[in-house]
This record gives sequence, structure tokens and C-alpha cells, in this order.
Amino acid sequence: MTAVLDDWRLESLDESLYACRELIEDTTFPTVSKWREQGGKVAGHFQVYFPEEIAHAAGMLPVKIRGGPLDPVLADSHFGSYLCSILKTSLEFAMNGNLKLDLFVSHPICDAARNLAAIWGRNLDYPSQILYLPQNPNSSHSATYLSGEYGRLKRVVARVSGAEVTDENLRNSINVFNENRKLLRELYDIKRETPWLIDAVDAYCLVSIGGLIPREEHNDLLKRLLPQIRQRRQKQQDRIRVVFEGGFCEQPPLDLLRMLARTCYLVDDDLLVGLRWLTEDIPLEGDPLFNLAESYIDRSSYSPVQHDLRKPKEAMLLKRVEKAKADAVIVAAAKMCEPGLEEQVTYTHALDEHGIPYFVSEFEENMTSFDHLELLVETFLENLLFA
Amino acid sequence: MTTKISAEEIVGRGSREGAALFQDWFASLTNTAEEGGRGAYVFVMGSFNEILNAFDLPIVFPEINSLQTAVRKVAHEYLSEAEDYGYSPDICGYVKADVSVQFSRGKHPMGRIPKPAIAILTNACNTYIKWAEIWERIHQIPVVTIDVPGTRDGAELDKQDALDFANDRQYVVAQIKELIATCEEVTGTEFDIDKLRENMEAANTLSTSWKRIIDLNKNRPSVFNALTDGTVFLGVANGFRGTKEGADYFTRLVEEMEFKVAHGIGAVEDEQYRLAFVGVPCYPIFRRFNEMFLQRGGTFINSTYLWFASGGTNRGFEYELTDPINSLAEGVLLSVRSAMDSMFHQDRMLEEIADDYGVDGIVYHAIKSCRTVSTGLADARHSLSARRDIPSLFIESDMMDRRVVSEAQMKNRVDAFFEGLASRRQRADNA
Repeated sequence: MTAVLDDWRLESLDESLYACRELIEDTTFPTVSKWREQGGKVAGHFQVYFPEEIAHAAGMLPVKIRGGPLDPVLADSHFGSYLCSILKTSLEFAMNGNLKLDLFVSHPICDAARNLAAIWGRNLDYPSQILYLPQNPNSSHSATYLSGEYGRLKRVVARVSGAEVTDENLRNSINVFNENRKLLRELYDIKRETPWLIDAVDAYCLVSIGGLIPREEHNDLLKRLLPQIRQRRQKQQDRIRVVFEGGFCEQPPLDLLRMLARTCYLVDDDLLVGLRWLTEDIPLEGDPLFNLAESYIDRSSYSPVQHDLRKPKEAMLLKRVEKAKADAVIVAAAKMCEPGLEEQVTYTHALDEHGIPYFVSEFEENMTSFDHLELLVETFLENLLFA
Repeated sequence: MTTKISAEEIVGRGSREGAALFQDWFASLTNTAEEGGRGAYVFVMGSFNEILNAFDLPIVFPEINSLQTAVRKVAHEYLSEAEDYGYSPDICGYVKADVSVQFSRGKHPMGRIPKPAIAILTNACNTYIKWAEIWERIHQIPVVTIDVPGTRDGAELDKQDALDFANDRQYVVAQIKELIATCEEVTGTEFDIDKLRENMEAANTLSTSWKRIIDLNKNRPSVFNALTDGTVFLGVANGFRGTKEGADYFTRLVEEMEFKVAHGIGAVEDEQYRLAFVGVPCYPIFRRFNEMFLQRGGTFINSTYLWFASGGTNRGFEYELTDPINSLAEGVLLSVRSAMDSMFHQDRMLEEIADDYGVDGIVYHAIKSCRTVSTGLADARHSLSARRDIPSLFIESDMMDRRVVSEAQMKNRVDAFFEGLASRRQRADNA
């Protein structure tokens, strides 16, 4: 495995977390550049979920494309108005050369994003593909279909990487990612059980960095830092426990999370949920592609962009709130994000029915002013605190 | 013995008969609603009428109901009600109008629609999925999503590997069988494959006719306006797919259009500029929008709307009736995929038809309500412009929401576009 992080092992917990934050905010993607400088190939995958194991098994670096805080000067003219920011900034990174890929894969999560592969393909000279994840996971045939679709993706990845993808490679990769998801679940356990030990920004950065570095390195990082986080001596404060919902695709700016971290405990969220989509280990025995497919169908999280009769979104949110013992919910949506905005209606009606307080808001990855929002959030939380 | 038909009798027949069929259809839906009956809610990109008609389920197209509110200039009332309920101004206007229709017990400008017994959707538009989830919550009905995997790589349009195609087709076959089982449960009626075969035969007539009609506009003058007449034909193509009325209507429409070709009767008297339309019509000012072009000698001879909003029927796919389920799956897969391609890769398709249709200009109409259609239009336009020297106009408004339709600004841009076309023609004449 090619390492892309500097030797953080010598650093303290705070220094390591600082380094993660710096990397997340660096719009030049230094870890990806470093991987490429060492001859590695890169598979960029757009939100929400992507079976990274398949790219990993071919020796590629799977990189989560999640937009970012920059002005889309090159990309803007390639889109119409009334669109979310993440589409434009994601393409901007590819067009301005900050993010060099060998393969781009998206799947039709929404009406806007489903156009992205076509636009990408017309403007960049490497393969741009759509992965059709099932929107009918309730069909008895969906896992079989998806297994075949993953087989197609495996052939594409093998062609681009020049490496054979064997079942053994796939099992090894699944093992690495199983460990990664287990560590991320542990991080979320800390958030839920002892949120005073890690604030919303640091927790987010620890998850997010995984989409930019080899997963083995991410595992090493988490294995080292999680015990240190548990050993912190921070004191619990009298704060409202909040679930943040609406970060499944476009990401709120770190400053927004910083503002929330100052005002409440963010005990659970759907930020970068694609990296945590599979909720249990993928079995290592049997056909690895079928196991991957079946896990996507049967052992997975939820988001507004996947329809599954077994997982009504409002019921899933209520479960998340209950599991996190949350007092309130921030029901957010990225500006112009249709699925997010539509789900806000469902979520708020369900929360009303269950008497759970909520705060509705929209955000944009490029927003820079939070004073007004902070005032509103503080007022909302104070009302709960002193009720 | 042949019967001679007069021009008076045949020209405009398709529009008249289309309007009558529409009225009958909505009257019948109103009756069903008044009697407490239920219908099947479906969408234009993959309606599965062939199956639903085999169960005698009344078909409701909420997209068509919604656009009627805009054409009849009452959409704002429906949009406001849904926005008051919590739906954002930034989401699809069709969805919001329908939400209001559902809240008002099915009442809409053409009558009433029955409550759904079942809803069927494809993944051709993600808003279909969110929309159906709303019905699922309001009506607690079975919602059947049929996944139709589309083109994976724009560089390989229509070139899918046989193994991958078989995987996709098998998935659609399995889902169709599951849909049939759900229809049996919902209606309490046993599935009759011969009835399906009959409906598929009627759909074959409609599909081949639809392709033929679009092809006939290659003639000069063009025989129908793809934006105005085309929208009427489209409504019938969707609402009456897989029925005898639909097959008869389109057989007679082909006859009308062939008559017009044979007698040199054009859609307009003086066809000066042949335009292709890309996007969804501007329904809040439907007539005025067309007039802006018509007044300058422009007529729409083809449109991507006729392709994707017919669910890819423009491919003219004909089912193999000896193997109905597999053939239906293949037809749905190829047609709905083609509909998606005509939204995401329409630059390639326009390039293919530009010469055959003698396209003088392309009008791109991006709309706020529909990101599926509009997100990639600007880029596709760049791409096509780099390959072909075809003048184009890019305008933005909406298909439902008059708040984002700026008619004066639009007219200025249309006028400038025609001035460009005229000067280009003059330069060509002088060369």
C-alpha cells in the first residue's frame, strides 16, 4: 500500500485532528496528488454510495467526490441555473486540475446529479461512468442484478487500472473496508454515548479523511486515535443533544459544523453517510460481488435518494433520534437539493407527530456567513434548554 | 375502390380527435372518482399501460394533470397550496400541483381524478420516486418502482455489452413479473396474458406510427408543429398507449400527415426557419411562447420532448407477441433508456438528425422545475456547438411556475436569435 499521510504517528491527538482538518479544507487534494505521484491510479466517485472495495481491489485509490468551498469559475457555464453547488464545484476540481482522476463514477441519486456523468464525459478525457444502483431494492432480483452490475464495474476498473481483479483481491478489500466501517461505527458510538469527548468538526473530519486516503491508512489512523479520544478528560456540559439530518450529499461548510459544535452536542448525523452506508460486516465467504450487492440491499443505511419500502425515511430518522437519545433535530437541506427539500416536509411532519423539536434550515457548501444562523440556532436550543 | 378524402376533412383531424379523446378520458376518470373507484397512477417515461390495461385499471398521469393547471393558467393556486404545506419553491412544480390535487380530493381543471389503487414508476426521473413516496404516505398504496438501467457511458451510446444487456433485461423481466403479481393482488383479477398480447399489439401500432409521424417532419414544409401539435399527439400517445383507441387514432394521424406531405400542406404557411426544441415546453405561456417563434417565421419540426416524454416511443420498438413478457421487458429497457439518453446525451441525437430534418436552429429551454432535463443542457449545447455550426438559443423559465417566466426578456432573446438567423442566411445567400 502506498502511504499518503505524513507521519502522524509522532503527533498528539490534537495535532492529528488538526492535520485532518487541514487536509479536509485543502482544495488541492494533496493526498490524492501524492498517491498519483507514486504511480497510483484514482477512481473518483460521486455521492452517495460507491462500492469502493471494487476499485480498491484493482489497486486504485477510491476518492469520494463531495464538492467543496470554491468558486466554480470554469464549471459554472456548463450548468443551468437553479442547481445545487456540489455539482458545479465537483466538476470545477476536475476541470481546474486540482483533482486528477483516471475514472469517474456516479450513480443517479437525483435529477441533477444523474446528468453529471454525461457532462463529465463531454469535458474530461477519461472514462465517465454511471453505476446503476437499484432504486427497487424490494425486487427479489435486485441483489442478483446488482451483482451483475458490480461485475460490469469490475471489468471497467480492471481496464482502467490495468490490474486483474480476482475474488481473492476482492475479499482482501472487503476485509479492509469491514474494519474501516467497524471503526467508524465506533466513532459514532463515541459521538452518541460521550459527545463531549469529540466535537462535531473533529468527528466529521475523521470520517471525511477516509474518502481521500487509502483505507488501510484510515484504519491505522482511527485505531490510534479512537482510544485516545476515549481517554480524554473533557467534562460533560449541559447541552442539547441534536441529530443533524440533510448531509447525505452536499456537505455543510466546516464553519457551520463549528458553529453547531459551539452550541450543542451533535450526537448523530447523515454526513457522508455513503462512507458508512453498509451497517454490518460483509461476509467473506462465497461470491464477493454478490455479498457486496446483498449488503447494499439488505444491510444498509437510508437516505432521501434511495427508495426502499422497508425503510420509510421518517421512520428511519425517528429511529436515529431514539438511538442517539437526541433532544432535537436539525432538518437541513442543501440549497436547490430537491430530494433533501422534499424530505424536509416528511421529516418535519413526522417530528411534529412525535413531539420532537426541530430546526429547519438550508445551507450551501460555499456559504461564509453564519452569524444569523447561529443566532437562530442558539435561540432554538436555548428555548429547549430552559423550557 | 378508394375513397377520396378532402383536405378540409382530414387536415387538423388529429388535433380535433386528440382533444375529443382527451375529454372522454378525463370524463371517464371523473366518473371513476365520483363512484369511489380507484386508478393506477403512472408516469410518461415507462407507464406500463400494456399491463395495467390488462387489469382494466383506469390510468392517471399526474404529470399531464399538473401541466393542465399551467396551460389553464391556474397553476399558481396549486403551487401556493403545496408551498403553504411546506414544499419548497425550489422543487418540481408538477409534484406540488399534484400534492394540491390530492389534498382537494382529486379536483383539477379537467375534472377529478380517482384515488390511486397502485402507483407505478420507473427510475427515468428521480422525482418520480419522491413523488410516489408522497402518495405512499397519503394513500397507503402499493408503489412499484421498476428500475430501468440506462446508458452507463455516454461514449458508448447504444453499444452495451451483451452480457450486461442480458443482466439488465433479466432484472426488468423479474420486476415486470412482480408488478403483475401486485396488480393481481390489488385488483383481485387473474392476469390474462392474451389481453396483454392484445394491448402490446395496439402499442406496436402506436409506436410505429409515432416514429413515422416524427419522420414525416423531415419533409418541407414540415407537416406538424412539434411543440404545439406535438404536445396534443403526445398526450394521446401516453394516455392511450396499449388501447384500440390509441392504435386507431395514430393510424388515422399517419394518414393525415401523409396526406399533408402528398399535398404539400405545411404546419405553417410560410416556413422560413426549421427549429429543433430541446427541453420541456413553457406551459404557463404555452401559446405565446410558440407565437414568439412563429411570428418570425420559425416552426418547430422536432423536439427532444417528443422523444423522452413519449418514454422513448420514438424508437418505434415493436414487441414480439409470441414472447410477451420478455419482449415487453426488452421494449421497456430500450425505450426508456432511449428517453433518458434524449435528456442526457441529446447533443448526439440532435447531431444525427440535424441534416435529415434540415435544422436551421436549436432552441434550448431549461426549466427550474425539471433538473433531469435541464441540468446538462448548457453543457450539451457547448459540446454540440463545438462539433456542428448550428445556431442556438438558450432560455430559462419554467413549465409550471409563472414567477420565473419573464416573457419580455424571453422575447428580446428570441428576437435577437432570429436576427442572427436572418443575417446568417443573408451571408449564405451572398456567398
